[in-house]
Amino acid sequence: MVDGSKDYHQVTEDICRPVEATPSRLWWIGFLISVALLIFGIVSVTMEVMYGTGQWNLNKTIGWGWDITNFVWWVGIGHAGTLISAILLLFRQGWRTGVNRAAEAMTIFAVMCAGQFPIWHMGRVWNAFFVLPYPNTRGPLWVNFNSPLLWDVFAISTYFTVSLLFWYSGLLPDLATLRDRAKQKWRKHFYGVAAFGWTGSTKHWQRHEALSLVLAGLSTPLVLSVHTIVSFDFATSIVPGWHTTIFPPYFVAGAIFSGFAMVQTLLVVTRKVLGLEEYITLEHIEVMNKVIVLTGSIVGIAYLTELFMAWYSAVSYEEFAFFQNRLNLNSPYGWSYWLMMGCNVLSPQIFWFRKMRRNLFVTFFMSILVNIGMWFERFVIIVTSVYRDYLPSSWSTYYSPTIWEVGFYMGTFGLFFTCYFLFSKFFPVIALAEIKHILKKNGRSFKDHMDELEGESTDEFSGRHGHDHGA
Amino acid sequence: MAVKKFVVGNFDDEAVLFPAVKKVRRAGYKIHDVFTPFPIHGLDKAMGLRDTSLHTAGFIYGISGTATAVGFITWALTVDWQINFGGKPFFSLPAWIPVTFELTVLFASVGMVLTFCYLCQLAPFVKKDHFNTRSTDDTFVMALECTDKTNEAEALGFLETVGAKEVKVEYRETEWWIGRYDKEKKLFHKEN
Repeated sequence: MVDGSKDYHQVTEDICRPVEATPSRLWWIGFLISVALLIFGIVSVTMEVMYGTGQWNLNKTIGWGWDITNFVWWVGIGHAGTLISAILLLFRQGWRTGVNRAAEAMTIFAVMCAGQFPIWHMGRVWNAFFVLPYPNTRGPLWVNFNSPLLWDVFAISTYFTVSLLFWYSGLLPDLATLRDRAKQKWRKHFYGVAAFGWTGSTKHWQRHEALSLVLAGLSTPLVLSVHTIVSFDFATSIVPGWHTTIFPPYFVAGAIFSGFAMVQTLLVVTRKVLGLEEYITLEHIEVMNKVIVLTGSIVGIAYLTELFMAWYSAVSYEEFAFFQNRLNLNSPYGWSYWLMMGCNVLSPQIFWFRKMRRNLFVTFFMSILVNIGMWFERFVIIVTSVYRDYLPSSWSTYYSPTIWEVGFYMGTFGLFFTCYFLFSKFFPVIALAEIKHILKKNGRSFKDHMDELEGESTDEFSGRHGHDHGA
Repeated sequence: MAVKKFVVGNFDDEAVLFPAVKKVRRAGYKIHDVFTPFPIHGLDKAMGLRDTSLHTAGFIYGISGTATAVGFITWALTVDWQINFGGKPFFSLPAWIPVTFELTVLFASVGMVLTFCYLCQLAPFVKKDHFNTRSTDDTFVMALECTDKTNEAEALGFLETVGAKEVKVEYRETEWWIGRYDKEKKLFHKEN
């Protein structure tokens, strides 16, 4: 899906232009705001490390508050990139080409942000390496491989590594393009180092294709496993509200939902600012809005299933968690449950209408709403399940975060957007080689001249196109 | 360093390149390589390259990840230091599935990417000569290796008849070396 009439060189020009131009004033403003947020985050984390987790308003029984809410939220966002680039590659969805590179970058940055929370939540962060199974002087005492929290360590770190490799191996040919076009010395050197000496040899492309396909095949179960394992952190416990077998699919659907919303937020702005409307087209936006309404509805069914099971289980603690702590609007956190319902289930239904799916303002506004709603989903799951537990005398006072908890969260926004601004300035935000690969099949101007191909006999056509992948 | 002599043809359309590759091979010329800006499916077959075994390598790496995880966890929790976690058996295989799976994927991915870089000789600071810098933009570059018996004029003419836009005889470095792309060293340009 590429609009306008383009040849290969025009594609190169269009996508390299934002990288080769000097940054705009808008870019600098956005970048500096991000860096300021990042600095706020660094200060907040420093306070927490210096004075301990007491700097946060966590209490007995709310041991996981904003911190783990933010962790799950960011990890969820980090699912869309791999989903778009891996699963849609296997499903041969040609449209993914326009958005996969930016979405993968977003994935990596989101996972980086997510990783911060469990690490700094440890308190004595200098002992963070205790989570790794290394031969130590305490026995060696090994980590508990039966614990979902340890599974998380492996899941998140593997996911980050594999996403990074997948993203960077895909970038190599495009960095080589930038290298060969570079006029300034520093660019030639920088992209020369970054492109690893890529040449575009046919044998290398053959291996590159094989590598991409296998990495996509590996990433597909991986991306599903990551949020499944995150949901195990909750689901394997016996806390009412967490003790649910539908958590894995429910979390994965929610992750795709929030991830696509974040992709929309970023791309609606990116395509406008970088002038890439002919590559990230309204078609792309519409397809992603369809994914949002689908996954939003799946999440909605999961919410209803939870309510049904709370009643059907006839366990009074489960019923209390769901009907008193959540559904009851007059309970202390009832507002957050209804906010979640409104943002995640009700409002995305607007995307049943084609006009709304193709409206940029609605898309942007909705993507923000979904991001807010998905944050509250995790907040509801975590806080409303633990603030009133079995023993009423330990029922917690109203939990609200301190400035350093908020600052830490804002800081990850700073980290995320600092990375994204740098990425959009120094790397091609659209997969150049992949766009060229599909150009003659999916480009608008080429599609209009398909008559000759359509006139061919099946044998002729399949003889030449039998090996096409993903386009 | 191995500087060789090539007859180079630049094409601007893969639809022309494809039949050209077949004709050139049928005419008996030896194709050194074809440099393309994007992957062209079937070109490897047309050039007579064998399939890559990278998949097989990935499978072996994956299996070794599985074996490492199961082997290590079994040893750590049933032999080296047995700990009673909530009354569960020491050998509780189902609980190890997540870590085993993650390690399988990790080994397969990292192993394959490293193998890919090794096979293609890709690394930071590696420099290569790829004939035409437009070959990462919009030009398809076919390089025919010249031997003592090659009639250059004939080869140049042949490339033109099969559709090459620009043809010339060039001396090129075929190996990689440690170098910087912002510093052009002419040392591999041997003049006749």
